[in-house]
Amino acid sequence: MSHPPEVPEGPPPEPVDPDVDLHVAGQRRELRDAPWAVLGAISLGGAIGAGARHALALAVPDPPGGFAWSTFTVNVTGCLLIGALMVLVTDVWPDRRLLRPFVGVGILGGYTTFATHIVDAQSMLAAGNAATALGYLGATLACGLTAVAAGAALTARLAGLLRGRRTT
Amino acid sequence: MTALLLVALGGAVGAPLRYLADRFVQARHDSVFPWGTFAVNATGSLLLGLLAGLAPPGWAAALLGTGLLGTLTTYSTFGYETVRLAREGGWFLAYANVMGSLSAGLGAAYVGLAVAQALTG
Repeated sequence: MSHPPEVPEGPPPEPVDPDVDLHVAGQRRELRDAPWAVLGAISLGGAIGAGARHALALAVPDPPGGFAWSTFTVNVTGCLLIGALMVLVTDVWPDRRLLRPFVGVGILGGYTTFATHIVDAQSMLAAGNAATALGYLGATLACGLTAVAAGAALTARLAGLLRGRRTT
Repeated sequence: MTALLLVALGGAVGAPLRYLADRFVQARHDSVFPWGTFAVNATGSLLLGLLAGLAPPGWAAALLGTGLLGTLTTYSTFGYETVRLAREGGWFLAYANVMGSLSAGLGAAYVGLAVAQALTG
C-alpha cells in the first residue's frame, strides 16, 4: 500500500524511533553489552528531565482549564533538542554509546510528556474550552514537528560547516 | 523541594521503563511504525487520566503523575518519529501516527477517568 522506503546511498538511515530502534545493530545489542550503564544513564537522565519540567511548571503555573503554556514550552523545546541531538548521535559522535540513552531517552524523554498534554486538553474540554483544547493540541503538534525539523537542519548545517573547516 | 525529589524519583523509574517497554514491543512487532512509543503514550495517558480522576494527595501527584507517568510518556520521541515517518515512509504513516496517538491518548485518558469515577463512586 505505502511506498517502500527509498534506500539511500552512503551511511545507514537514521532510526525512526530515537529512544531505541532494534533495526540498528548497536542499539539491539546495547542492553546485553552494558545493561547497567545504559539503564543507569537513562534513569539519571529521566530524573534530570522530569525535574526540569517540574521546575518550569512551578515558575510558569498553568491556569486550570486554560492553555498549558509550561507543558507546551517543554514539549516544543524538547522537540527542537531531539532533532539536534539525533544529528549529533548519528553523524558527529556515533561512537559515544551513552549519549543517546542519557540525553535522548533520559533527559529529553523525561523533560517532554505526552500524557500530561493529553490530560491538559481533557481538563480544557471539561472546563468547556473546546476551542482552547483543540488549539493547544494543534499548536503543540505544529510547533513540535517544526522544531524537530529545525533542530535537525540547523545542527546538520553547523556540523557540515565545522567539518568543512576541519578538512580545509 | 520534597516535591522535586519525588518528581525526580518518578522520572528515574519512568524513563528506563519506557525504554524497556519500547524494546519489548519492538521485539514482538517488527514494523516501521513506532508501536512501542504509541503503546507507552497510550498506556501512560490511561493511567494519568485514572490518577487525575482519583484526585490524589500532593506527594502522589508529584511521584506518580508528574514524575512516573510524565516521564514514561514522551513528546520528543513522538515528534521525532512523526518527522522521520513523513520523510521515510510517506505522509500517510506520519498522519496515522499523529491521529492514532492523539485519539488513542484522549480515548485512554477518558477511560481512565471513567474508571476513577466508578471506583470513587
